[in-house]
Amino acid sequence: MSTAVGYAAVAGQVVLVGAGAPVVTGWMRQVRARLEGRAGAGVLQPWRDARKLLRKEPITPVGTGPAFRTAPALLVATTAVAAALVPLLSTDTPVSSHADLILVVALIALGTMALALAGLDTGTAFGGMGASREMTVAALVEPTILLSVFALSIPAGTTNIPAIVSGAAHEPARLASPAGLLATAALAVAVLAETGRIPVDNPSTHLELTMIHEAMVLEYAGPDLALVELGAQMRLTLLLGLLSSLFVPWGIATGSSWVALGVALVLFAAKICLLGAVLAAAEVFWAKVRLFRVPELLAGSFLLALLAVTASYFLSGVS
Amino acid sequence: MSGGLYTQLLDLACGAFLLAAVIVLWMRELASIVRVFALQGIALAAIAVLLGAHEERWDLIAVGIGIGALRAGVLPYLMRRALAALTQDRRRYADGGAETRETQPLVNVAASLLTASLLTLLAYAVARPLTALHPTPATHALPVGLAVVLIGFFVLVTRRRALAQVVGFLLLDNGITATAFLATSGVPLIVELGVSFDVLLAVLVLQILTTRMREAFGTTDIDDLRELHD
Repeated sequence: MSTAVGYAAVAGQVVLVGAGAPVVTGWMRQVRARLEGRAGAGVLQPWRDARKLLRKEPITPVGTGPAFRTAPALLVATTAVAAALVPLLSTDTPVSSHADLILVVALIALGTMALALAGLDTGTAFGGMGASREMTVAALVEPTILLSVFALSIPAGTTNIPAIVSGAAHEPARLASPAGLLATAALAVAVLAETGRIPVDNPSTHLELTMIHEAMVLEYAGPDLALVELGAQMRLTLLLGLLSSLFVPWGIATGSSWVALGVALVLFAAKICLLGAVLAAAEVFWAKVRLFRVPELLAGSFLLALLAVTASYFLSGVS
Repeated sequence: MSGGLYTQLLDLACGAFLLAAVIVLWMRELASIVRVFALQGIALAAIAVLLGAHEERWDLIAVGIGIGALRAGVLPYLMRRALAALTQDRRRYADGGAETRETQPLVNVAASLLTASLLTLLAYAVARPLTALHPTPATHALPVGLAVVLIGFFVLVTRRRALAQVVGFLLLDNGITATAFLATSGVPLIVELGVSFDVLLAVLVLQILTTRMREAFGTTDIDDLRELHD
């Protein structure tokens, strides 16, 4: 019986991230539009865009190889696997013993790398430029994500994410420590950079001087473009979910009961909507950071993560 | 005060103390650097007051409040005055921005942030044997003081504006004071008074020196001080 709930939780996580990601993006655009005094296109617009793109004929540029063709599927697949592993709804699933922190970060990095290779594969100037910028950002972001979750894994004594989350849900004092606060700040900046949101990259621009993510996917069209956009939206939802699971773990099912799973589902949707609205509202007031200042921002967040690790290792008196 | 709450509050104060030092390294506007420095003074005072409350030593609490008044009130006020004097008559030339910003540190900001992380690790490595001598919550936080000393040195070496260097010097001194509190629960009152007056006088002298520098060279860039004149 308990395994049935566990499998339902895993399936729920994957379906929720897959189907909900475009809605989250639509919701964020809608919040932003309202704050800017526009009517907005409605929360379902990303799904309509995807339907339109899926009906088109698949076209690949001349001279592109397998890296270009497999990248969209690889991006979506790695994100879906990571969504199954991260405890978004329940910490007690059949796969939770495999949900190691390093594995999840590696899966996210694999998706980034696939897309960067696809950008290089097209052989155009924009693709290569976007890929090189994306790798510059990723080189600082991946260690930051690893370190900031390490800071939380030291009190839990394991790098297994479900164990960290259930430990934090039972002992909220762990999150109020300096290590917890520093790790929250560092991970928030890293999530913004990894998903290409506004202080680092502007998701709605196609200006060649500034774009990072959009430059890599400039050559995609039709169903491939739909997959790439779905992958990017899923990553945003997944990383926001990871952030909320780690720092606001209340409500996530720790046992195996259908009621807890239902509550977790509703709370997860509420948390993601709230986080998305806060992010969209913040984006209205922020300007994009100049490209040469981005490493500074990321080095700062890396330093915060490192301080979080040292604080959690030395201050709490475990040594 | 119960043990758990004391440990948590002390950790929080030490975390804020270290974070303020890091943010000083991150900022470019001298005005915000001074503001962050004032916050660090408050964190330092909180460390002293917490230690005093834990050991029930009223003199330590009094010293903590005095330190708070000096480092979060008087010193930032003096620096802000020096900053205002710098910008006041520069408006005519419409480049007041160059004087109030640390535009070109010798090491760029991203590299200096990464260096700060290395310095913090070094402080932790160096302090391990000291912590092992007598493990209490206060000595566990000892590396924080050492890390701020090292970061203060780094600011002093790499910044070029005179005021940024003053802040580096004061960071160094904050770090030394915090180390003294955490390692030995505070030095005797008379020594603490002497150090505080010393710092106050140093800042006053540096303030005058900064003003004279600007009058002589039209800028507070330390790099212009290359030759000796009589």
